[in-house]
Amino acid sequence: MGAASSVSQASIAAFDEMRAEDGVRAAYAEIDRWLRTTPREQLDAKRREAELLFRRIGITFAVYGEGGDPERLIPFDIIPRIIARAEWERLARGLRQRVRALNAFLADVYGRQEIIRGGRIPAPLVLGNEGYRPEMVGMLPPGGVYTHVAGIDMVRTGPDAFYVLEDNCRTPSGVSYMLENREAMLRLFPKLCAQHRVAPVSRYPEELLETLKAVAPARAGAHPCVVLLTPGPYNSAYYEHCFLADEMGIEVVEGADLCVDDDVVCMRTTAGPKRVDVIYRRIDDEFLDPKAFRADSLVGVPGLMAAYRAGNVALANAPGAGIADDKAIYPYVPEMVRFYLGEEPLLANVPTFLCDREEDRKYVLGNLDKLVVKLAKGSGGYGMMIGPHATRDVREEFRARILARPGDYIAQPTLALSTCPTVVEQGIAPRHVDLRPFILSGKEVRIVPGGLTRVAIREGSLVVNSSQGGGTKDTWILEDDGPGEAGFQSQSQSMGG
Amino acid sequence: MLSRTADSLFWVARYTERAGNVARGLGVASRMAAVSARLGAEPDEWRSLLTASGGDADFYRKYEAPTADLVVTWLIFDPDNASGILSCIEAARRNARAVRTALTVDMWEALNDTWNHLRALPPEAMEGERLADFLGWVRERVTLFNGAAHDTMLRNEAWRFVHLGTMLERADNTARLLDVKHHLLTAEAEGAVDYVQWQAVLRSVSALRSYQWIYRDRLNPHRIAELMILRPELPRSLMACFAEVAETLEAIALGQGGRRGECHRLAGTLAAQLRYGRIETILAEGLHAYLTAMIERVADLGAEIDAFYIRP
Repeated sequence: MGAASSVSQASIAAFDEMRAEDGVRAAYAEIDRWLRTTPREQLDAKRREAELLFRRIGITFAVYGEGGDPERLIPFDIIPRIIARAEWERLARGLRQRVRALNAFLADVYGRQEIIRGGRIPAPLVLGNEGYRPEMVGMLPPGGVYTHVAGIDMVRTGPDAFYVLEDNCRTPSGVSYMLENREAMLRLFPKLCAQHRVAPVSRYPEELLETLKAVAPARAGAHPCVVLLTPGPYNSAYYEHCFLADEMGIEVVEGADLCVDDDVVCMRTTAGPKRVDVIYRRIDDEFLDPKAFRADSLVGVPGLMAAYRAGNVALANAPGAGIADDKAIYPYVPEMVRFYLGEEPLLANVPTFLCDREEDRKYVLGNLDKLVVKLAKGSGGYGMMIGPHATRDVREEFRARILARPGDYIAQPTLALSTCPTVVEQGIAPRHVDLRPFILSGKEVRIVPGGLTRVAIREGSLVVNSSQGGGTKDTWILEDDGPGEAGFQSQSQSMGG
Repeated sequence: MLSRTADSLFWVARYTERAGNVARGLGVASRMAAVSARLGAEPDEWRSLLTASGGDADFYRKYEAPTADLVVTWLIFDPDNASGILSCIEAARRNARAVRTALTVDMWEALNDTWNHLRALPPEAMEGERLADFLGWVRERVTLFNGAAHDTMLRNEAWRFVHLGTMLERADNTARLLDVKHHLLTAEAEGAVDYVQWQAVLRSVSALRSYQWIYRDRLNPHRIAELMILRPELPRSLMACFAEVAETLEAIALGQGGRRGECHRLAGTLAAQLRYGRIETILAEGLHAYLTAMIERVADLGAEIDAFYIRP
């Protein structure tokens, strides 16, 4: 990178999931044929149809305070991203293992703290962390589960090279896109779907409900009352909250719909107060209970934490689960796998430099043009710098910021994220993607085969976050046991004659 | 069901119904204005429509006199008028969005499509020659929403609160429309203007043909009042609306093991009074006083429903 003053969008040689060096990869054979034989106008027409569909159903995410239409669509790319069953199985095994280790870590840091006492992770990193909730110390949530719904962001750099980019253990969103994208594909391209044997994702809501029921307090019996707690219609993921609750057949409640009396949580109904057993909360820890956390929270439920501690209600995910997905804790996850499970980690981490460590910081400051620098507490792609794409000025600004507050920053090598064919203005072109599968932990760990594929629509861009102009794709896990069975011929009226 | 959900469902229905009623009122008034311009009574039409919409105080804070253009603008898309068509659809959709899961897909799409279309519509598309088409379209959309609710909702509490909202709003609207024309229905004089006015009153509740089917006779002001207040056959009569309100509240109570309150007593009393009422008695006591009391009792009933089910 010699002439570093200009913004370089030089594309990094990336693994293309459809085209390997020796031609089209097997899983993409049908897609390749479809793309070659479908006229551009037809794809464009389908693309417009898809947008209309999403607008009509109201699948929007809300962006307030930026002007313009507050209800925006996330761009949907109509070319599916294909993952072969064998690749998926390997991934899924690794995901299960990782989430088991994350839950074990959470139980430990709020319990006996053996990993700290064993010297495997520095105490201040955990106990001094913003994500650490001392309120959780000494209480065991029902079933011992903390992160009931985890979203693990995966990136790929080669045929067999998958990395975990980050863990999301608090309230990961995006699963409604996994489900609605599939519905849209089935409606727009029934034939293409039928030609593939795509693993269905539609049972996710049922699995989620099972997971939530499994952690209900014992007193609740066979039919616990499960609700979804939302901050309300102004939250960017409100559509998803309603969608999931509807699919599960449970109520979507806001803080004001719940009240706590004598450590028992009830919702206000037309027939009077009704007792609640499990709360799938999509509100951040800080806002859950103004009596326990931020006193100015208007969306929380006063007294909720006391009811939780009394064992009268289950919260999913548990407060304090965020300590496990902190970017400064992330480098230690492989160690957690070894420590708690006695296994070698199946999923690799991206090498990560903690700017708080002197040695790491020295390396980071000397290689700013090669690294991605992120806020340790950030999310949504805000406040990050992609070294190879940044101007000298931006790099210098980050140098100053790192020196001022080293603990706030981490750095990772710039990965050549894999690409998938994507419909863009100029035609069909490769664009970088990532993958967020959703892992459910209740009595057992469950994963629906699929996930949310996010795609960076801008050429050369490595940022896939929807808040930064990223789009989504349907993700197809292909069953590879040969062609589908022919259906029975349907009966028709016989014509006499 | 959640109290907040019941509240939103009730208001989705009320606001949608109100948008349709404003469109009805506007349609009839502009038709009347076209007729009475020749007869010199045009401004009265707009003034009485404004009064019926219940927002005349707000209007006079902003404008001086109710000209045709101003009233049309006010009742369709003035953001300061909470009971304007645009405001109503927006409020209905806002409530619908807050309880997406309690609505059926058909109801949501009917409302969401209306809102998406409406907010993209240029003001020219609602004016002049195109006003009648626009108002017809609004009524169609409201009918579609009501039909979607009627055809696709499970007959549970969600449906009952929607239906309650529709019926209470409809009763309120009929009472208001009738009240602004009460002098026509009690006056002795019968002229050409009155005849057109009577037609207009009936038209505003889609009852011109119904009148003929029921009475098989020429228009008569007492019968018009009777039809709109007491006849159970007319779906927009006060009797028909309150019968539905009382029945629906009763159904909610039965679903909750017989839990009842002041709203049930009030609705039952109103329905019974209408059921056994005589038009002669009402007219003798004064139509205006009767209708004013009716509008107040609709408001009381709304408050009692709120106090019992929503914010106890």
